[in-house]
Amino acid sequence: MSQFFTVSVLVATLATAIKFAVPYLLAALGETIGQRSGVLNLGVDGIMLLGAFGGYYTVIQTGSHLQGILVGLGIGLAIGIVYAYVTVFLHAQQGISGIGIFLFGLGFSDLLFQELVGTPKPIRPLPTLDKLPGVGGIFEPLVDIDIVGPLLFDHNLMTYMAFLLVPATTWLLMKTTFGMNVRAVGENPQAADSLGVSVAKTRLIAILIGSSLAGIAGATLSLQLAIFQHNLTNGIGFIAVALVYFGAWRPRWVMAGALLYGLVTATRIRWQSLDIIPQGASDIAAMAPAIITILALVLLASRVRGPAALTRPFSRH
Amino acid sequence: MKAKRMLKLFAVLFAMTLTAAACGSGDSTSTTTSECGSDLAVAAGESVTDLSVALVAPSAKDDVAFTQSMVDSLTRLGIEPQITDGTFVVEEAAAAIRGYAEDGIDIIVAHGTQYGGSLAEIAPDFPETSFIWGTSADNQGIANVFAYYPEADQGGYVNGLIAASIAGADGIGVVGPVEAGDAVAYIEGFTLGAEAGGSSTSIVYTGSFSDVALATTTAEAHAANGVAVLTGTSQSAVGAVNVATANDLPWFGTQSNTEAWSSDLTVASQVYHWDVVLADMIEKIEGGTLGGEAMALTLENGGLVMEFNGCYDLDSSVKSDAEAAIEDIIAGEIATK
Repeated sequence: MSQFFTVSVLVATLATAIKFAVPYLLAALGETIGQRSGVLNLGVDGIMLLGAFGGYYTVIQTGSHLQGILVGLGIGLAIGIVYAYVTVFLHAQQGISGIGIFLFGLGFSDLLFQELVGTPKPIRPLPTLDKLPGVGGIFEPLVDIDIVGPLLFDHNLMTYMAFLLVPATTWLLMKTTFGMNVRAVGENPQAADSLGVSVAKTRLIAILIGSSLAGIAGATLSLQLAIFQHNLTNGIGFIAVALVYFGAWRPRWVMAGALLYGLVTATRIRWQSLDIIPQGASDIAAMAPAIITILALVLLASRVRGPAALTRPFSRH
Repeated sequence: MKAKRMLKLFAVLFAMTLTAAACGSGDSTSTTTSECGSDLAVAAGESVTDLSVALVAPSAKDDVAFTQSMVDSLTRLGIEPQITDGTFVVEEAAAAIRGYAEDGIDIIVAHGTQYGGSLAEIAPDFPETSFIWGTSADNQGIANVFAYYPEADQGGYVNGLIAASIAGADGIGVVGPVEAGDAVAYIEGFTLGAEAGGSSTSIVYTGSFSDVALATTTAEAHAANGVAVLTGTSQSAVGAVNVATANDLPWFGTQSNTEAWSSDLTVASQVYHWDVVLADMIEKIEGGTLGGEAMALTLENGGLVMEFNGCYDLDSSVKSDAEAAIEDIIAGEIATK
């Protein structure tokens, strides 16, 4: 155990946790906005898969990470339109519709991958700050700073974007008219409607923001890993949905949940690599992040209340 | 005149000897060395059967791992099977297996240990169909099921021995998937080989065959710990290979040749040539025996082949030691488990 409590190992573990948390955080922030408007989207994982393939394939074709991320965003937007049409305008059951989106994403991303790529081809990963073309040299001294360097500066731009989105999402939800409308239609859509707020329009925009972020999360994942393959997300989207509950629909707590999940995962891997967790206990160790998340949910469930109209379709009639 | 003819004969024999020596490049049936930059695609062999064949497999048919090793093996036998891949969900695989049986396919390859329970239900319903199932050392006592499994510890030992010569005291990071099946056998054999070569392994099982993110994070943890070599198994290992590439760490593969992922840093791969046991099984099926036996891939029968990467500059003495170890494993003088 003592070998774990060295500065270098602790810093490396924390840095891994931050990197690991990024796709979870992006997807969970988007889902937070959607759920605050009263719409549960269980299709996050499917959108992430399509975004992941879109981003990966774009980088293969163009070599541009920016275009890859934008394609992920575009795919998320497109799926969001479909999901919003089905759930907001056709009043379909949200849980079932979300599962449908997930299954579509799982199957279609794999079909596209098989048809367009086949054998997994590694791509150039998203560069960290010190490897950014043109400006990387500026950041090199920062990365070399003890402790702070690996923790704060040895990441790619999407990591910073994800964490900057936390205050941005809080501001959007708490300080803007749109955010107030989102919260209103998520709590009492009839009352919001009677005050002249368009429930359908508000939910549509919330879903589109959430789906776009899910698409970006998927593209970020495949570009960070520099690869795509069948079911690349491995359930990240579902964990992101759970993190929204964990975070009590508040962006900063959602971030805390994503970081905790990343930290538990990074720690258990580090403990295994240092032989702190004995061989034969790997299956139990692999369950640790999920167990801790479930425990946190159980503890939190009785203390916080979600949006009152979550999963409830709205109709004036 | 007679002397001239003798001279000609001697010259021809001498040339043939030289050619044979050059073609062999020191490789035995259980080792090959790829030509650097060559196409890794497996060439189709002459068809060994007219029977219809279908394959059901958990991951993608070109996963550079478990499933591709079977597709490549069938290709070597000149068989173009109907394929249902990506069936991690056992119920889907069971439906595909039953569907092929109902369609009258003669031989159905169920390429996944997890399909065993489904086969126990399906195979007795189709006594005229032969089911080939693995990896398992036991055919569950079903008359029309053949089972197959790799003695993956053997190639694992050889990989470990070579890896130790590169890693030395820095140690080797192992990225394992689930602590079961041929992954465990490979890793245990690898560890024994590494220890025999004077190095050590750090083993992490991610708990998933398919989670690339976890495999990547695990490999990064190994790299941060200062290991000098990485190895791993399952289709998720592609994430670990990317980390090996990013950190300039040599990589050792298993199941399929991983040069497709890392052409410069893959040192050697243990490649499963299922065709060795499939050919035996098909011969028996054509003779009327539809199952009832389990067959193993070994270095001795050529089912396990150590494929060295021609692009990697491996010390010739290390390669010689590895080939000597292969001979000793075949002779039973080295225990790999």
